[in-house]
Amino acid sequence: MATTDTLRPMGHSEPKDERLARIQKSLRRRRSAETRFRIYGMSAVAIACGFVLFLFGSIMHDGLPAFWQPALQVKVTFSPDVVKVAPKPEQAPGQSPAEFQRASLDWQREVTMVNWNRVIQDAVQAAAPDVKLTPRDVQAVVSPNQRFKLRDMFVENPGLLGQTVDVSLLASANADVWLKGNIDHSLGDDRQQLSGAARQLIDRLYENGTIKMVFSTVLFTNADSRGASAEAGLLGAFIGSLYMMIIVIVLAVPIGVASAIYLEEYAPKNKLTDLIEVNINNLAAVPSIVFGLLGAAVFINYFRLPLSAPLAGGLVLTLMTLPTIIIATRNSLKAVSPSIRQAALGLGASKTQMVFHHVLPITYPGIMTATIIGVAQALGETAPLLLIGMNAFVATVPTTPLDQATALPVQIFLWEGNENRNFFEPRTAAAIIILLVVMLLLNAVAIYLRSRFERRQ
Amino acid sequence: MNVMTPAEAEAEVARTVKQRDGEKFQTIRTPDAQPRQIRVKAEDVNVFYGQKQALFNVSIDIPEKAVTAFIGPSGCGKSTFLRCINRMNDTIDGARVDGLIALDGEDLYDPKLDVVELRARIGMVFQKPNPFPKTIFENVAYGPRIHGLARSKSELEEIVVTSLKKASLFEEVKDRLYEVGTGLSGGQQQRLCIARAIAVSPEVILMDEPCSALDPIATAKVEELIDELRENYTIVIVTHSMQQAARVSQRTAFFHLGVLVEEGPTDMVFTSPKEKRTQDYITGRFG
Ligand SMILES: Nc1ncnc2c1ncn2[C@@H]1O[C@H](COP(=O)(O)OP(=O)(O)O)[C@@H](O)[C@H]1O
Ligand SMILES: [Mg+2]
Repeated sequence: MATTDTLRPMGHSEPKDERLARIQKSLRRRRSAETRFRIYGMSAVAIACGFVLFLFGSIMHDGLPAFWQPALQVKVTFSPDVVKVAPKPEQAPGQSPAEFQRASLDWQREVTMVNWNRVIQDAVQAAAPDVKLTPRDVQAVVSPNQRFKLRDMFVENPGLLGQTVDVSLLASANADVWLKGNIDHSLGDDRQQLSGAARQLIDRLYENGTIKMVFSTVLFTNADSRGASAEAGLLGAFIGSLYMMIIVIVLAVPIGVASAIYLEEYAPKNKLTDLIEVNINNLAAVPSIVFGLLGAAVFINYFRLPLSAPLAGGLVLTLMTLPTIIIATRNSLKAVSPSIRQAALGLGASKTQMVFHHVLPITYPGIMTATIIGVAQALGETAPLLLIGMNAFVATVPTTPLDQATALPVQIFLWEGNENRNFFEPRTAAAIIILLVVMLLLNAVAIYLRSRFERRQ
Repeated sequence: MNVMTPAEAEAEVARTVKQRDGEKFQTIRTPDAQPRQIRVKAEDVNVFYGQKQALFNVSIDIPEKAVTAFIGPSGCGKSTFLRCINRMNDTIDGARVDGLIALDGEDLYDPKLDVVELRARIGMVFQKPNPFPKTIFENVAYGPRIHGLARSKSELEEIVVTSLKKASLFEEVKDRLYEVGTGLSGGQQQRLCIARAIAVSPEVILMDEPCSALDPIATAKVEELIDELRENYTIVIVTHSMQQAARVSQRTAFFHLGVLVEEGPTDMVFTSPKEKRTQDYITGRFG
């Protein structure tokens, strides 16, 4: 038959060794192409790793020291000469609760009026008996709000009157800067933030062990503070972020997943759904600040939600996260093998049964990952929050999502712009470390949930 | 309409005969020489995927308690026709079916008919084993559960066990009913899919190349199973293997390029085909 000719191997007339030589030559070429490609790949990875290591290294280097801050370990005497107050009122037999409350408040006001700075000065003096202290020097060394710490101790326990107890008083931000060498010690007096006497006092107290570096718990227990920078913390911003995350999870996940299911499984394929699909994809690429503008216009101006409230912030971040969740959920729905759908339909399952009994469970890990990526993205978002007033200075920890609050990244932004740069630069780095840790934890949760869901199938 | 081609005239005659003979025509002969009741009846079925026509005027009668095999070269429309019978074509975008397909005289494409109920009556086993990524028990229990076939938990358990037994799988999996079905071997998975289909007690079982993804031993087991199931079910099987058609089926239909070329008792189709194309295919000239 005629076909047998064409079936013969090509180049059958060529001598065998010539063929081998040609194959070897092409093999050499392929191998060197492969090596070259591997080198490209490895150098790309190396460069990326280098940058990441540099970034983490520099943040760690700057931020880790900020987790420790100086505190004065002093013996505080609640001397009756200074703490001149009447005994704490007790509930008298015939007294109404309202009257008692009023008496208590009056007493507390009296306690607040005590010259606590004097108590602190006496305590510091006791730690450095040979130095002649002025009130100004002491106040420059001890963080201003520490006097309220003593007041609170006394309110809590009036029995302290006349007693001497060990107290740890946080040093001021400027003392922190000086001790950590974050300001040049050789600068002249006119360019230092602390007077010469205060600097000497600090050095003296540090040498004699009165000032120690302690773990900075205020970073985790306090809200932001302007008056006492050394006591500024992240709790307020953290709670703000937490509220927003909860709002995002509660709103964006159900709405996003439901839209994705509808669009992917039920919606007819026509011009309108095509348009919606294109727009959702585009929304995912809209700069986040635009969502902030939208939020300001809709939630603040139209719905009159309070400014700076995590509720408004959470709604804005929900809008921003929705496209991410919709797209990721649709992709995982698309990825479910058609054979599972056929199996369910072939058994007589309705479309809804097919989706909810068989398709959706397979996509849980995907949806979970998408959610956590979306939430992490929202957690790290700053720009849209600035437009709804979440960059306000808030010195209290919000108790409800309607209270004023900031968010972790916004707090970082605010600290980075603080005028006391020498103190706040390391604090900012510390805040970044905390934010990164929160992100890593979220990712760890995502990986854990993902592997759990996958194991179940 | 005054001038008819000979083929048209012949078809016209056949139609009139069918109408006139009515009941008598509702039975069909299989090789064991027993007349069989016709369960599924298709007349002039045309299927289109978008603009493209995949089936041309297919008419066939499928008898109960027998295995009917569809053979033919790949792409000739066997699966397409099979999917018409339980309306799985509904799930394909752009697929359109016209003509008449009836189960026990009931039009399957009647708009009032509930597809979900239809698929409970006509089960399907697919080419690639596709158990749900759930436990073996859940796989089999799913159908009865959604159709509300079991009144109690013990009844459901009984259905599962019986179905697994009918699918000759029970002995192999009885100790691991609560392990995932996807962990079974390919052949076991396919028998699990058969058990899952049987569990809803369908009247007809459609199988689309059920052995094409299986090794010879698993294939033999499934074939044996099909032969047993024939006692109680009407089975339609698509196969690309003529040997398989010869082994398991009582009736064979040969499809070519979207046309049902020839259909009849299996031994007749294989030993003395009426059509040249059938002859060529069976002797391996093409396909
Ligand atoms: N979902 C589909 N969309 C479009 N065309 C299809 C689809 N399924 C099958 N076809 C076409 O219909 C014809 C018959 O296919 P099929 O029924 O799968 O053949 P077989 O099962 O006999 O191999 C083929 O030409 C195929 O390309
Ligand atoms: Mg096929």
